[in-house]
Amino acid sequence: MIQSIDYAALAVPLILTLLAGLVLVLDAFLPDRPGGGRLLGLVTLGGVLAALAVLAAQAVAGVERRTFCVPASLEGGRTLEGGRALAGGPALTGGLSGRVPGPVLASGSASASCSFVVDRFTLIFAALVLVAGAIVVLLSMGELAGGRIPVGEWYFLLLSTLVGAILLAASRDLIMLVVSLELVSLPVFALTALKRYDGRASEAALKLFLVSVVSTAIMLFGVSLLYGITGSVHLDRIAESYEAGRGLTFGGAAGAYTSTLDISFAGAASSPGSAVTTVAVVLVLAGFAFKIAAVPFHFWAGDVYQGAPIPVAALLSVISKAAGFAGLILILTTALPSQAGVWAPVVAVIAALTMTVGNVLAMRQRNAVRLLAWSSVAQSGYILAPLAVFANVVQRAHARVVVEHQVETAREAVLNVSRSVARPAVSLLPADAGPLVRATNVELSRTAGVAIGPVANASIAYLVFYAAMNLAAFAVVMLISRERQRNEVDDYRGLAFRSPGAALALAFSLICLAGLPPGLSGLFAKVVVFREIVDGGLGWLAVVMAVNTVIGLYYYIAWTAKLFTPLPGGESRTRSGPVVVAIGVAILITVVFSVAPQVVLSAVG
Amino acid sequence: MSWLLIALLAVPLIGAAVLLIAPALGRVSAYGIAVSGVTLAVAVAVAVAFDYGHPGRMQLQTNRPWIPGLDLRFHLGLDGISLPLAVLTALLTFLCFVYLARHRPEGGRQRALVFTLLVLEVGMIGTFLALDLLLFFVFFEVVLIPMYFVIAVWGGRDRRRAAVKFILYTLLGSAVLLLGLLAVWAQAGTLDMVDLAARHGSGIPRSAQIVAFLAIGVGLAVKTPMWPLHTWLPDAHTEAPTVGSVLLAGVLLKMGSYGFARIAIPVLPEGAAALAPWLGAFAVVGIVYGSLACLAQRDLKRMIAYSSVGHMGFVLLGFATLTPVGMNAALFGNVAHGLITGLLFFIAGAIKERYGTADMARLGGGMLRRLPYIGSLLTFACIASLGLPGLAGFWGEMLALLGAYKPAAVLSRPLFVTFMAVGGVGTALTAAYFLVMLSRVTHGRPIDTVPAGPLMASAEEVREFLGPDEPVEPVATGAAVEEAAEEAPTGDVPGGGRLVDVTVYELAAWVPLVALTILFGVWPKALLAVTTPAVQAIFGVTS
Repeated sequence: MIQSIDYAALAVPLILTLLAGLVLVLDAFLPDRPGGGRLLGLVTLGGVLAALAVLAAQAVAGVERRTFCVPASLEGGRTLEGGRALAGGPALTGGLSGRVPGPVLASGSASASCSFVVDRFTLIFAALVLVAGAIVVLLSMGELAGGRIPVGEWYFLLLSTLVGAILLAASRDLIMLVVSLELVSLPVFALTALKRYDGRASEAALKLFLVSVVSTAIMLFGVSLLYGITGSVHLDRIAESYEAGRGLTFGGAAGAYTSTLDISFAGAASSPGSAVTTVAVVLVLAGFAFKIAAVPFHFWAGDVYQGAPIPVAALLSVISKAAGFAGLILILTTALPSQAGVWAPVVAVIAALTMTVGNVLAMRQRNAVRLLAWSSVAQSGYILAPLAVFANVVQRAHARVVVEHQVETAREAVLNVSRSVARPAVSLLPADAGPLVRATNVELSRTAGVAIGPVANASIAYLVFYAAMNLAAFAVVMLISRERQRNEVDDYRGLAFRSPGAALALAFSLICLAGLPPGLSGLFAKVVVFREIVDGGLGWLAVVMAVNTVIGLYYYIAWTAKLFTPLPGGESRTRSGPVVVAIGVAILITVVFSVAPQVVLSAVG
Repeated sequence: MSWLLIALLAVPLIGAAVLLIAPALGRVSAYGIAVSGVTLAVAVAVAVAFDYGHPGRMQLQTNRPWIPGLDLRFHLGLDGISLPLAVLTALLTFLCFVYLARHRPEGGRQRALVFTLLVLEVGMIGTFLALDLLLFFVFFEVVLIPMYFVIAVWGGRDRRRAAVKFILYTLLGSAVLLLGLLAVWAQAGTLDMVDLAARHGSGIPRSAQIVAFLAIGVGLAVKTPMWPLHTWLPDAHTEAPTVGSVLLAGVLLKMGSYGFARIAIPVLPEGAAALAPWLGAFAVVGIVYGSLACLAQRDLKRMIAYSSVGHMGFVLLGFATLTPVGMNAALFGNVAHGLITGLLFFIAGAIKERYGTADMARLGGGMLRRLPYIGSLLTFACIASLGLPGLAGFWGEMLALLGAYKPAAVLSRPLFVTFMAVGGVGTALTAAYFLVMLSRVTHGRPIDTVPAGPLMASAEEVREFLGPDEPVEPVATGAAVEEAAEEAPTGDVPGGGRLVDVTVYELAAWVPLVALTILFGVWPKALLAVTTPAVQAIFGVTS
């Protein structure tokens, strides 16, 4: 079979890949002059902005693009009745790209499973990655000015990470997910280690490498189990076969399975809580927990962030983390919505632990980057929290649908009785019961698709807000690190008098991270998350998060207060154009998000 | 669409922004007076435009979507409950700026202080105008950071710790409050306070109401503050500069009690009914505890801070009765406390500025002889605060006790009559500590009977000359001071070495408060007529 490839869908990662090659070539052939590094930086920046422009054009066009598709007939020869195929559209798509669900289902490509999809979810993550990437490039220009780091390799690796992050958000099958996740991770080890002859950097790189390899291995194991159970690598088909399994328990289409794999695991698939599925889900969760530095796989964050060059730390805390969350959200809500009963409680506990441990560790830190590292661990906890109410939301949707159906059937029965008094109406209900259950199931998967939208959306929205404010904080830290090598929090004492602009920027982003006015973007981000949790009925998690907000405030406000503490004897400071631009852009975005958070919320939901 | 209310928020906000952008303004304090004066003028205009025929109705509303994704609307409005508080806020802020023109706190940076106070004013006024739960929360939070800096930068010796304690306590309260507000939203499906209040809690199951009332109540109680959540208050008040204390006591505490009147009780009546006995019990404990704590204080500012705990106890007791009388009492007590305690903190600040200390033992007696005007003003403020009939403090307490005598039908009457009795003991204790304080500070002999001349201004400076371990005894003072004064250059001493009685700026700041205290004392109907219809609307009583 010949596949037609939609290059328009692939445009953004293609541009970045070509750019990466171009940067390497330029680095090899450009004469070794001072200032050559800056040229490469500008080329990279230009390329990233061009990719962003293409992305904007795609977003404006508003068409959902898919490529690398496998027709339904090709996979396992599965015969599904129409209702099931219709319901099997990716649940997340239903929630995220509410604008175009009709054409997708009708176009016929719905029956085909695609590995690469550019929908709203992909666009948001790609935009986040590209904007954050541009800021990281600007920061890199400041970092590389020192001349100790090879420039060409740096930008090449950076661009590779960006490509991986964008591919990850667009991938809709397990293999592509794993491959692109590796593409995000691998260059980062090298980036960390590029600061040669630096003990801390080498240690950080080695730590990151080991952690990442272990987490990949764990995740691969989980992924292969998922494939084994369902016989499919496409996320939507995995979801389908789990739902079909549930249909089986309700006494539905038992004969739907023909593939040998499905038959051998039919027993496992038919009971949603089966042991193998649980193991697979937990392994996948653990693998991603490493990537996003969630407790209990968080311990690497402090050392790695501190040892790595600051732009890499920013990249780890925003781009790499966003990629990890994209993959996690994709697998959990697209492939395993029916297993929410298994993973949602685990996610709840991980979220609670992550925010608590992160905040408590951050309270004790004296180094600025280390403090930001633990604070970003804590923020991961907030991002995870909404996913934990997924099960409750699905359950409620289920209950609602069942009730609606019962009301409807009862009404119909009454109508029938009143219409035909002569006919014996007693047999009506039992005869209807089977179809009712099946219809309920189909309805459930559709309703759930709509209902889970907000849950994942809250996480995504928080991630976007967090990216902006965290980048702003890192940008200022980058600026200060150029004059203070050790970069202790105490070095920031009196910054407001030495360089008021930087101090105001840092104060604003820290207050945003704390989630207090005037840092409204942080406040609204927290409100979005709180709202989902309270709405989902997970009161204890909301209380844990409330307490954590206060703990977090303690160290953010302590740092902010240091900025405004007078310090006798100001000194000269070094300026760095690109870094100042980076601070300006990040702060501008944060301010826009503060005044009009609707920009993010409407883009996401 | 009402431009008046938007202007009320916009004027201080723009004033603060200009201060941030404009490089150098000549006289920052004059600028602060001007901006807050314009704000006060707008507030007066609002009060004039207010339709007193229907104070129970929301007026001058502005309702625009702000963040549809969060259901958040920019919904402002005023009724009889919020109008007095909004005007009081504008007035107190203006008076603070007037006071600042001459009496600057240590810590310099006048410009930053003016900026901070203007931002604070936006948050305070916004809280009283907001009619959307989330918008209310946003304004409620806006005040935290400026107040933190007011205490942490311009405060006393132990300011850093007090500021951190203040912000952590109140933020914990706010986080719980947010959970409660979101629980209401999850149950009722709307954030609009007018809409929610009109439903009188229908549509929210009883258990959910209790949980939400508990969360919202705890959040507001931290701010109010209610015993045993009050422990941040004495530190914050003691360390804050005068204007900080005035705004903290005069306005910030009111934001908590206003939340009870605006959100907790109207929106969640069944939750309120279930938890009102607890609220009443804590309120009464607060009254007695606050009075007893006052008796034990040595520091004047700390004593006034604890007296706030007692007075806010009366306000909470009024709310707990769930009757129009009690609610009226609470709202009246709110305003009266704002005026009187604001005045008390102004005077305490003035005393501290002159004597260099607010420790009663070191102040010695005889203030009426040394500083006759300040001494008499202090006497006036104290007897107003202890609830002398004919002054504003009386009505809030009296009506609260009256409300407790006849609580709402759902509440246990014997319990509330007990509360009333205990509260009555509290009023006696209040009188006791204020009178004890007056007898120690204003009456008696001044401690320094040394003849006039190169007289050192304050005991604090005396202490600096003597070293920290030596007691500041009247006998030692005379000799030591004269010795020290010969060595010290005379220019160092603020005020030229002699205690200065009240200044023009102080009088300008204080006289309005005195006048209003007397006005509301002899003519309480001026205020009650505005609040009563709004209160009756809350309880669904048609007048």
